[in-house]
Amino acid sequence: MEGFIAALTIFVLAIFVGFEVITKVPPTLHTPLMSGSNAISGITLIGALIAAGMGHTWLTTLLGVLAIILATINVVGGFLVTHRMLAMFRRKR
Amino acid sequence: MSATWQNLAYLIAAVLFILGLKGLAHPRSAPRGNLLGALGMLLAIVATLAGGGIIGWGWIFVGLAIGGVIGLVLALKVQMTAMPQMVALLNGFGGAASFLVAATALALQAEVPAGFTLQFTIATAASGVVGSVTFWGSLVAFWKLQGLPGENWQGFPGVQLVNIVLVLLCVALGWIIVAQPPAIGVYWLLVLVAAVLGVLLVVPIGGADMPVVIALLNSYSGVAAAATGFVLSNSVLIISGSLVGASGLILTAIMCKAMNRSLPNVLFAKFGGESSAPKADDIYEGKVKATTAEELAMMLEDARRVVFIPGYGMAVAQAQYAVRDLANLLESRGINVEYAIHPVAGRMPGHMNVLLAEANVPYEKLREMDDINPEMAQVDVAIVLGANDVVNPLARADGNSPIAGMPIIDADKARQVVVVKRSLSPGYAGIPNPLFAADNTVMFFNDGNKAVQEIIAAVKAT
Repeated sequence: MEGFIAALTIFVLAIFVGFEVITKVPPTLHTPLMSGSNAISGITLIGALIAAGMGHTWLTTLLGVLAIILATINVVGGFLVTHRMLAMFRRKR
Repeated sequence: MSATWQNLAYLIAAVLFILGLKGLAHPRSAPRGNLLGALGMLLAIVATLAGGGIIGWGWIFVGLAIGGVIGLVLALKVQMTAMPQMVALLNGFGGAASFLVAATALALQAEVPAGFTLQFTIATAASGVVGSVTFWGSLVAFWKLQGLPGENWQGFPGVQLVNIVLVLLCVALGWIIVAQPPAIGVYWLLVLVAAVLGVLLVVPIGGADMPVVIALLNSYSGVAAAATGFVLSNSVLIISGSLVGASGLILTAIMCKAMNRSLPNVLFAKFGGESSAPKADDIYEGKVKATTAEELAMMLEDARRVVFIPGYGMAVAQAQYAVRDLANLLESRGINVEYAIHPVAGRMPGHMNVLLAEANVPYEKLREMDDINPEMAQVDVAIVLGANDVVNPLARADGNSPIAGMPIIDADKARQVVVVKRSLSPGYAGIPNPLFAADNTVMFFNDGNKAVQEIIAAVKAT
């Protein structure tokens, strides 16, 4: 139970941090914000790495590798496309 | 690497994510912010791999390589107009990864049945439901945005009733997982039911409401990651998941506010075309004035301040490059040119800004609705291009209209208004637009791109 309360504490505080930080993002950057935050939600990748790496049964390995593929697409695609977009935002010459 | 060092590395990764999102507060600091986020991710991955306990290295690298290449190709090839589909797809993949990881964790934990905690089982069920809904809902959103066959299918009568039954079924199946773990078969049944729910939740939603759906699915993908964090008792997953969940929720709220509709109304109600709206003929009859490129060129010659009001139609016509050329031409003659962007102008939050940025329009020239509206009376010419409902004055006046109360860009307050449009056809709301018949409005009936090209030629000729 104590572990759960600690995790819940982190969860609730992180939501508040999220609200504080995200409300400061201007509307002009909302698309990069979505693709960028999307890349961050690909953090599930580390759970997938642990699951696949255990090599427990062929089934857990298969599910783990599938999760790695999907999460890696999310991470690599997300950060890269965000980078591509942000590079287009220029000031007046 | 000991668990202590690993957790410290995760803490640094979480801090980098927060700093990265903080960087997005300004276009200048945003590229660095994105790099910080990527650095945090790399650190978390390395810390996980160095953490020990990993036997199957081969499969891990196969997975990373396949996913990396697909992600690379997707990110480099995607057109900016297709960004909503891309983000929908990425949302979905994140959700799918979450329910797969939860499934693996459940299978591994089944070896030590005594180890099941309430946190683990509840989080696993949540991860399965939210992950699956996110994945299948995102696929439907992708399907609709990509314009694949059947995109306009909006479900069957009573679809919301079926959804309520599916939600109750999910709760019941989740309860079994919590009460009698491991229940692996029940978990997969839960994922299946949630899949149907995900499809049926998004199917009834129309094209122009997609910004809300994508933002909401964005939030869901974060919630799924956070739930997986509770499954694995992993703090960096919980932190990142809640950051993304909060972000998606804020964007959802902003989009709903920009349409003056509640989230349940967007998700569950049919929209537009109410009979209470005034008849198109009564409004347009004898009052609509068509114009030519030459007349517009003369009008622009005398202007000192011009504002473009772009809508999604501009992107469809690929007219943003021509618009930029016209803007450059006008600026070279000392005319001030800006762009007024409505929050729901594109197919996702901020979409219009990216499309104009791609066409080399400096970001200082992209003005927010609330920011530019007080100045609209000082604008000499407002050029509405591919937008309709977001400049409809009925939103301010008519209490019965489906768009009543929706904040609009006050195009009608400009001294002269030019509407570039193929015909007088209504927008998504299905109602006529009195702006087209206003005294200070002229219509230029033409394809968006061709229209702007012709205006450029006419301005050069004067």
